[in-house]
Amino acid sequence: MTSPVRVKTLRINDLDVSAREDETVLEIARENGIWIPSLCEIEGLSALSACRLCLVEVKGSPRLHPACVLKVEEGMEVFTNSERVAKYRRMILELMFSERNHICSVCVSNGHCDLQALAQMLDMTHVEMPYRNPALSVDASHQRFILDHNRCILCQRCVRVCDEIEGAHTWDLMGRGINARVIIDLAEPWGASQTCTGCGKCVQVCPTGALSEKGVSSGEMIKKRQFLPYLTTMREARR
Amino acid sequence: MGGYSALLRVLEEMRPMEVIEQMARSGLRGRGGAGFPTGLKWSTVAKAVHPKKYVVCNADEGDPGAFMDRSVLESDPRRVLEGMAIGAYAVGADEGYIYVRAEYPLAVKRLRIAIAQAERMGLLGKNIGGTRFSFHVDLRLGGGAFVCGEETALLASIEGKRGAPRPRPPFPAESGLYECPTIINNVETFANVPPIMRKGGDWYARIGTAKSKGTKVFALAGCVNNTGLIEVPMGITLREIIMEIGGGIPGGRQFKAVQTGGPSGGCIPAEHLDMPVDYQSLTQLGSIMGSGGMIVMDESSCMVDVAKYFMEFCMSESCGKCAPCRVGTAQIYEMLCRITNGTGTPDDLKLLEELCDLVRTTSLCGLGQNAPNPVLSTLRYFRHEYLTHIEVQACPAQVCKLHSAAEVTV
Repeated sequence: MTSPVRVKTLRINDLDVSAREDETVLEIARENGIWIPSLCEIEGLSALSACRLCLVEVKGSPRLHPACVLKVEEGMEVFTNSERVAKYRRMILELMFSERNHICSVCVSNGHCDLQALAQMLDMTHVEMPYRNPALSVDASHQRFILDHNRCILCQRCVRVCDEIEGAHTWDLMGRGINARVIIDLAEPWGASQTCTGCGKCVQVCPTGALSEKGVSSGEMIKKRQFLPYLTTMREARR
Repeated sequence: MGGYSALLRVLEEMRPMEVIEQMARSGLRGRGGAGFPTGLKWSTVAKAVHPKKYVVCNADEGDPGAFMDRSVLESDPRRVLEGMAIGAYAVGADEGYIYVRAEYPLAVKRLRIAIAQAERMGLLGKNIGGTRFSFHVDLRLGGGAFVCGEETALLASIEGKRGAPRPRPPFPAESGLYECPTIINNVETFANVPPIMRKGGDWYARIGTAKSKGTKVFALAGCVNNTGLIEVPMGITLREIIMEIGGGIPGGRQFKAVQTGGPSGGCIPAEHLDMPVDYQSLTQLGSIMGSGGMIVMDESSCMVDVAKYFMEFCMSESCGKCAPCRVGTAQIYEMLCRITNGTGTPDDLKLLEELCDLVRTTSLCGLGQNAPNPVLSTLRYFRHEYLTHIEVQACPAQVCKLHSAAEVTV
């Protein structure tokens, strides 16, 4: 009898690891205490591969591969922190900081922000390109929550949690390229939304200060994400 | 000529594996741009074990100034339908879509007529030619997004989702439309199938170079005497195309560069005019085959301005999903604006190269990965033009309006 779960062995940064064949490089790296930076990825939601921060090098491949969707393969050799990927990661972060407005000192998420934390961990000391500072709107029409487009990095965590977990699909994207932004329903004010259940999951998964609760100081605006692994585990158990 | 005869012959005389064998022998490579071997793609789909498979034709021709696919769809849509049906038979698919851009109303109209006629004649639909093989084709109209020419974005668009690419693997051949194994090929690729079936793969492989077989259609445009569509064998030189077929540069001006491969292709200078045109040599020169756009430029063109034009196109056509393409193309475009208006600095040039390298290496799909090509190729062959803009605030071709230059001359 063959086992229903097949195991692959691979090497990540000179560490031999074994993984289930359906695991991604990001998952198995985490299980083995190897940190790979990621931003759009969050445990419990489908992988998007949009932020490109989890890019890793694979021996024998000239291209870089996003670890969040890279399936493990037998004999694979992965390098998560080569000089090359470290440089690209820092530049991608710089691009994100330059895109809109990320002045931490006046942000509600100061100190509880995934983007800010990554900048510190990846030693980003400055932003080499000019800040674009577009004039974007703030939607405070909802009773309890605020959407500030200026802080949004288009990771689509809100879009995915609303669709995949809450099942409301209130959030989506509109516009192309640099003009893309998240919208509620058909680009309506949040307060007027007919589909929003007010569950607040989008606010909790938002990595930055783009989505926040009203009436909390920056010291209090701590995102509570415990529900997400809990809900996904419960659902899987029910299947 | 011999409409649908290849399909009927294939259904009567050939087994699916023999069709794929002929495609592999022909050496035909995808005409949409990436140049993936068609036989290999088909055999992957054929080998996949799945109750449902699809055949999709990419007719979302979006390169500015290119109309190769349009000419085929408007003049001989049946040939594309025949190629799709042969592909469907080869891989065991029974349903197909043609994703055609809504900006081609005549092509849409003629495709609809051709599908209706073929269904009436029993050449599409149920039990084609009295056999057990059935194949239904339907149209889907594109909404005018360039990125929907990227295969995974196109499939998402057919499914009714936002036209944004997704990471590959899995490739559409393994998991494509509605997560079923899918052949997705360009119009020109499918149009090449019927003659290959009629005359055999070896006949087709006799035309062209070692690794690029057959003929290719190019849309010759820009500063040449004869503009329009040309079909040439692979391996012909750029000089033959531009100077002989194109009839040279009008007005006795000097040839400067030719831009191949659409908005994400590169600019090739005069010293490489004798390079044979095939997938490898164009890539080696920092450009791409693309879908076959070819824009000739003479000495009156400013190469920085040209790069800026194409970067603006890529910036506004980026879907916005991945960060390097979304923000990187905008930063590169704004940097080129500074250089062309006379406020660029030498530091900008270094950052420009780093950003191009970043966008090319880390973007999610082909749009972002190829968007820096016009900038990188002009930096490679026409760096002095960038330097003149930055150091002496002047445009050698006198195209750019530089602020500081105006102040100096006053």
